[in-house]
Amino acid sequence: MGSITLRHVSKTFGEAKVIPDINLEINDGEFVVFVGPSGCGKSTLLRLIAGLEDVSGGQILINGKEVTAAAPAARGLAMVFQSYALYPHMTVRNNIGFPLKMAKMDKAAIDKKVEAAANVLNLTDYLERRPSQLSGGQRQRVAIGRAIVREPSAFLFDEPLSNLDAALRGTMRLEISDLHNQLKTTMVYVTHDQIEAMTMADKIVVLNRGNIEQVGSPLELYKSPRNLFVAGFIGSPRMNFIEGAYAQSRNAKTVGVRPEHLILSKESGLWTGTVTVAEHLGADTFLHANVDGFGPITARVDGEFGVKHGDRVYMTPDESKLHRFDDKGLALGNAVVAA
Amino acid sequence: MARSVTTGRKITATIVAWVVALIIFFPILYTIITSLKTEPEAIAGFNLIPSGTFENYINVQTQSDYLKPFMNSVILSVGSTILALIIAIPGAWAMAFSPTKRTKDVLMWMLSTKMMPAVAVLVPIYLLFRDFGLLDSRIGLTVMLTLINLPIVVWMLYTYFREIPGEILEASRMDGAGLWQEIVYVLTPMAVPGIASTLLLNIILAWNESFWSIRLTTTNAAPLTAFIASFSSPQGLFWAKLSAASTMAIAPILILGWFSQKQLVRGLTFGAVK
Repeated sequence: MGSITLRHVSKTFGEAKVIPDINLEINDGEFVVFVGPSGCGKSTLLRLIAGLEDVSGGQILINGKEVTAAAPAARGLAMVFQSYALYPHMTVRNNIGFPLKMAKMDKAAIDKKVEAAANVLNLTDYLERRPSQLSGGQRQRVAIGRAIVREPSAFLFDEPLSNLDAALRGTMRLEISDLHNQLKTTMVYVTHDQIEAMTMADKIVVLNRGNIEQVGSPLELYKSPRNLFVAGFIGSPRMNFIEGAYAQSRNAKTVGVRPEHLILSKESGLWTGTVTVAEHLGADTFLHANVDGFGPITARVDGEFGVKHGDRVYMTPDESKLHRFDDKGLALGNAVVAA
Repeated sequence: MARSVTTGRKITATIVAWVVALIIFFPILYTIITSLKTEPEAIAGFNLIPSGTFENYINVQTQSDYLKPFMNSVILSVGSTILALIIAIPGAWAMAFSPTKRTKDVLMWMLSTKMMPAVAVLVPIYLLFRDFGLLDSRIGLTVMLTLINLPIVVWMLYTYFREIPGEILEASRMDGAGLWQEIVYVLTPMAVPGIASTLLLNIILAWNESFWSIRLTTTNAAPLTAFIASFSSPQGLFWAKLSAASTMAIAPILILGWFSQKQLVRGLTFGAVK
């Protein structure tokens, strides 16, 4: 069991109101990702749940039980930190076993659990080593091992992969997802990387300036962002926003079109533009073009679409996939034709 | 591009380094030389070649017992250092990991007590010692040495603790460590290099402390600094004997310093160089 409920949670540091007022329900077994730009309060929110920071107002409930004033260890949660936060003076065995030692478990039982965890995480050969003798990925696995042995009601991850190189990050992403499938324990995961958010989450919480902008499944956020912020934050490359006459003709203040929803042609199309930069990724090409009347627009095209700087291209947006926003930046619904 | 160092430059640098080191070390060297002279030789004027007599050392040992003040010095310096660490580790821990707006002020205030001339509080402290029956007692002087070195111990430990990532302590809190378990199992082992160099430096400071040691002791609790002072007398020849006593007093700490110099240098530059 591991449901977490936040009721009117707020946090201020001195004068600064980092989190004004948050309500959130995390269900048992869910993989929830907090995502947002730096300084949006996502790490603070996680630390409030962990109990490493005290809330300034509101309540936190775990499994329906109020824990707002409880010490971190009493909440039954385990946390994996960005810096791994391993104990440098202890061996891997003692690092993983530390929470059990603190729980006054006897030595034989600790050894058994540590070895079981090490087995799951491919750390068996490294049990007698110190953290400094391990690679980044191994250290991260030790940190996860230390979290697993406690059998917590939920795992908290604070940007756990941001210190790893790109290839390792991809592998660890899969390992964590796999772990979630095996353990079926609630996981709350903080990241600024939307690829991690999209690929791992059951539910994404998009945060901005301490407020929740939208909560939903990855595809919900992608397909129907609630406002301009979410529309611009989720999706890579970023959604193109167009204002002015084109938007007004569709009864909106702003119209958004994702780079992958533009149909490109070298012969004809609705808009005409000049290619400024073409980023060839192999399978795809990200095309940055200056469109007459709108300015810079990014399009995602097939890697075979050969263009270079200075070429003239024609673009036509897929009308059925346009996003419309009102003057407050809120979404108006996708169905343009009906408007 | 690496700077090219010619052999000539290397030789010059080596000579300069030796000269500077010799100038700094010279008073100690001259003390040792003087201790090997006869008393008339010692006051005769500047002379670097002693007659090589050991009679001063024999005299010092027969006139007074070296072992007793030596043991006092050991007990006082080690005792006051351990006491200071017991007080300073939790104090520095609190200031390093849960700082408040006033933490810097508290640290400055503690350090400011070191700026006061000791003689300014000589009379009140002497009277307190007298009234509590602490004069010439090891306990009294241990407490005194602890208190005068405490600000430096707290400052050094505070600096080391600041280098320890807070996330590791938070991890231990998540793992169920209580306050003392956090300090004993996580913080202290990680701070061992810093604590060790603080310990060494404080032992040296306490060993060499003379102002309070001389004034608050007579015989029972007198450490080596008081032992040296006891050889100065208003009349008669005493320079050679005094030098012999001094050499015997500084020898143990010099040897300790020699063997732990790596640790000391590492400790003192901890955080400054990474």
